[in-house]
Amino acid sequence: MNAIIVSTLLGVIMMFCSWGIKSNQVQKNIALIGLLILIVANVAQLNGWLVINYDTKGMLKFNQFGLYTNTLLFALTFIYVWINGEEISKLSNTPADFYSLFFFILCGVSVLTSFDNLLMLFIGIEILSIPLYILTGADKKNMFSNEAALKYFLMGSFSTGILLLGITFIYGATGTFLMADPVVNKVTGMAQEQVMLSAGLILLFAAMNFKVSAAPFHFWTPDVYDGAPTVFTSFMATIAKAAAFVAFINVFGSQYKALAYSWTILLTFVILATLLVGNIIAVFQRSVKRMLAYSSIAQAGFMLFALYGKTDITNEAILLYAVVYSIATIGIFAVLIKMKENSFESFNGLSKAHPLLAFVTTVFLFSLAGIPLTGGFFAKYYMLSALVKAGAGLWLVMVAVVFAAISIYYYFKIVQAMYFATGESALGALPKNYAYKLLALAILLLVLGVFPNLLLNYLYF
Amino acid sequence: MILVSFLFVPILAALLLLLIKDKKNAQWTAIIFSGITLVLACQMLCTNMVDFDKSWLPNLNSRFTLHADGLSKILILLTAISFPAIFIATAKNNFKQSNIFLSLMLFTQAGLMGVFMAGDALLFYFFWELALIPVYFLCSIWGGEKRIAITFKFFIYTFLGSLLMLVGILFLNAHTADHSFSMQSFLHANLTNGQQATGFVLFFIAFAIKMPLFPFHTWQPDTYEQSPTAVTMVMSAVMVKMGLYGILRWLLPLFPVAFMVHTHFMVVLSVIGILYASFIAIRQDDMKRFIAYSSIAHIGLMNAAIFTHTQIAIQGALIQLFSHGLNVLGLWIVADIIEQQTGTRSLQQMGGLAKKQPTLAILLVGFALANIAMPLTNAFVGEFLMFNGLFLLNPWMAAFAGVSVVLAAIYTLNMVQKVAYGEVSEKINTMQAPYKGAQAVLIVLLILVFATGVYPQPLFTLTADTLQQLFVK
Repeated sequence: MNAIIVSTLLGVIMMFCSWGIKSNQVQKNIALIGLLILIVANVAQLNGWLVINYDTKGMLKFNQFGLYTNTLLFALTFIYVWINGEEISKLSNTPADFYSLFFFILCGVSVLTSFDNLLMLFIGIEILSIPLYILTGADKKNMFSNEAALKYFLMGSFSTGILLLGITFIYGATGTFLMADPVVNKVTGMAQEQVMLSAGLILLFAAMNFKVSAAPFHFWTPDVYDGAPTVFTSFMATIAKAAAFVAFINVFGSQYKALAYSWTILLTFVILATLLVGNIIAVFQRSVKRMLAYSSIAQAGFMLFALYGKTDITNEAILLYAVVYSIATIGIFAVLIKMKENSFESFNGLSKAHPLLAFVTTVFLFSLAGIPLTGGFFAKYYMLSALVKAGAGLWLVMVAVVFAAISIYYYFKIVQAMYFATGESALGALPKNYAYKLLALAILLLVLGVFPNLLLNYLYF
Repeated sequence: MILVSFLFVPILAALLLLLIKDKKNAQWTAIIFSGITLVLACQMLCTNMVDFDKSWLPNLNSRFTLHADGLSKILILLTAISFPAIFIATAKNNFKQSNIFLSLMLFTQAGLMGVFMAGDALLFYFFWELALIPVYFLCSIWGGEKRIAITFKFFIYTFLGSLLMLVGILFLNAHTADHSFSMQSFLHANLTNGQQATGFVLFFIAFAIKMPLFPFHTWQPDTYEQSPTAVTMVMSAVMVKMGLYGILRWLLPLFPVAFMVHTHFMVVLSVIGILYASFIAIRQDDMKRFIAYSSIAHIGLMNAAIFTHTQIAIQGALIQLFSHGLNVLGLWIVADIIEQQTGTRSLQQMGGLAKKQPTLAILLVGFALANIAMPLTNAFVGEFLMFNGLFLLNPWMAAFAGVSVVLAAIYTLNMVQKVAYGEVSEKINTMQAPYKGAQAVLIVLLILVFATGVYPQPLFTLTADTLQQLFVK
């Protein structure tokens, strides 16, 4: 509750910031302070302190998992702004506008981690998506950015329509927007209502798959990620996506679990398609940015395992995966931004030009590939473990690891370019302390790679 | 505590080396620290209480457990001997950024030590990967011409194998009573025969790729050829033992039924591999590839011996794990000296080493004899026991595998003949006396080869407890 209110207020404040304050640096600092306030407010709610005690009639439900997810995603946003502040400033004279959009997105995030009502799901998704459409088109003078924004907007609206249609069907079948179990279980007798509910759920499923860019609903992802300004791609692929996943799990992982059997086969198909499309197409990419877009589809395939069945470690798995994946992705995009071009060749010889940057990039890539000693290993491990515990066939786990091995191929292409290829890297000028900020991220990943508990313990107290 | 020091000392040295830019100092640091590890390893042989156990990942029920019985100890000892020997013997080789090179080598040592000590499956997997990653960089940065593509193939190949093992670990974890990863609860997991077979295959592929066992061996000759020789030494003396260790430590105790079912199949597969590799070794002209194929044959024999599941053969394999490490290390060092000085590995261009450098030729012949498993050398003890076990299982198998001894004599002596005897070739003529350090290492290794060949009892005593564990149940 606190987070929803405070993020809205901060968004509005940020919006008017650029009137009085002209310095980009100050605007960035205000945004950072705002994020800290947001984190504090959210943690305060964890300890029972509320700004307003308002009865939402069961539309929102705040639990430990949702609030902790909020905290983590806010912290990730903080890291993101802390590292990318300069780059954001380059895109506009009034970067405060972008920060304000971030706060609105975070408002959407807070709704998505706490909704218990399909209307709130819809509202959350919309609050999250609309600022994203704007951010995609933020580079106004760039045709690709405009094209990407239009594509994203059209496709996104279409999927929202499907989402609404699905919600309508479910309402028709159950007579309520509330997702609490007993209501859904009421639908037993009449065949017509059963069909309506199933149709509604399938539509809802499709729309959510679109939001998390799972195949075969992924077609917007490469174009949008490629066209959007790289800083915002980084935000879209991490924080926004993680929030969409948490919402997805909230709907299908727990609430409509009773219907699980009827759609396991559908989910398996989606997972396999996502892993296949993401990994195989990523292998053939020439541009690192596009490769990362496909790799984010592939990673989504792994995260979908969390939906396979609710087990005692599903929550841990999705949180760890989302956080670790986000840190690594923010890191690798932060390196990519500083390259003059997006090709693999631009990384050639980076280990000689800037050994520290090459090292942190290696850590990020290792983490994405899931190699032990980095957080990515435990993220993948938890997912696979959740999958086994949920009773999935061993063959599915084996398919997953085969694709994990394939992913090594495209991630290591950058490592090879940095360390083994000769040539001049296309590294642009780096701001002061930039590499050290990234080193901090890399160390975070390495620590999580040995002690993932540090992150997960807070889920319980 | 002493077991932790086997991880701690190499990692500390590796981190220190990142700061030492000067080549001489870096080499001394590496040699001194690996020497400390060796001293500690010798001290370990005299102590009994060596287990270490600490909480690591309570959520997952995984503990940081280090455990050493005879099998672990013998491999720890081999690892501890190999690294200082390699550092000294290759000290004259020229590398750019030698401090980074040595640092990565020491990380590998830590990983290998961890593999041989881990008593927790997840920890085992961790170290299994930790040993691989530095090697990837070592080969790709300092290797030969085609290094990048070949090392990449090697990496993806072994990584896929390890991931399948990870699935196996997960699978077993789900079937343990307390959902932990400890060796004990894995041993008490109640598996049906079908489940055992699944777990067996998942683990076995990882081990077979690592060994490498025919038909999973295709990465090996190329990788050995392209890697810098110091790394090849680590791989063939110690790393390949990871696969055999895995079979003895995990595969055999965890899936006894599946193990027994596959006995004949595996022995036949190994014997095919032995003959195949031996025949190819005869035709090799490149010295590195020659040793690579001869190594495949030897490892195949050890694998066959383990799968006979007879006490005598496994005893032989346990000894041979150590002996093969020493012998192959010696061969590599001789090959490296010749390559460094003459710039060639082609057997065609060699000849007359005995006239030009008699000491080196004597050392070469010594290790060559050990490679053929002549009596009085250490390999004889192991191979004799292994053939004995194979004979108990099936005389025909012993006969076919026995051909490999003849083939080994053919290819090894052929190599010795080409290198050491005949006319002094143009390339060999340019050779200087090998550098004193390398020569000293070779002499020490050769003494060990004959000492354990004449009096192998200490090795039997050391591995007695492992053998007992494997056969008492």
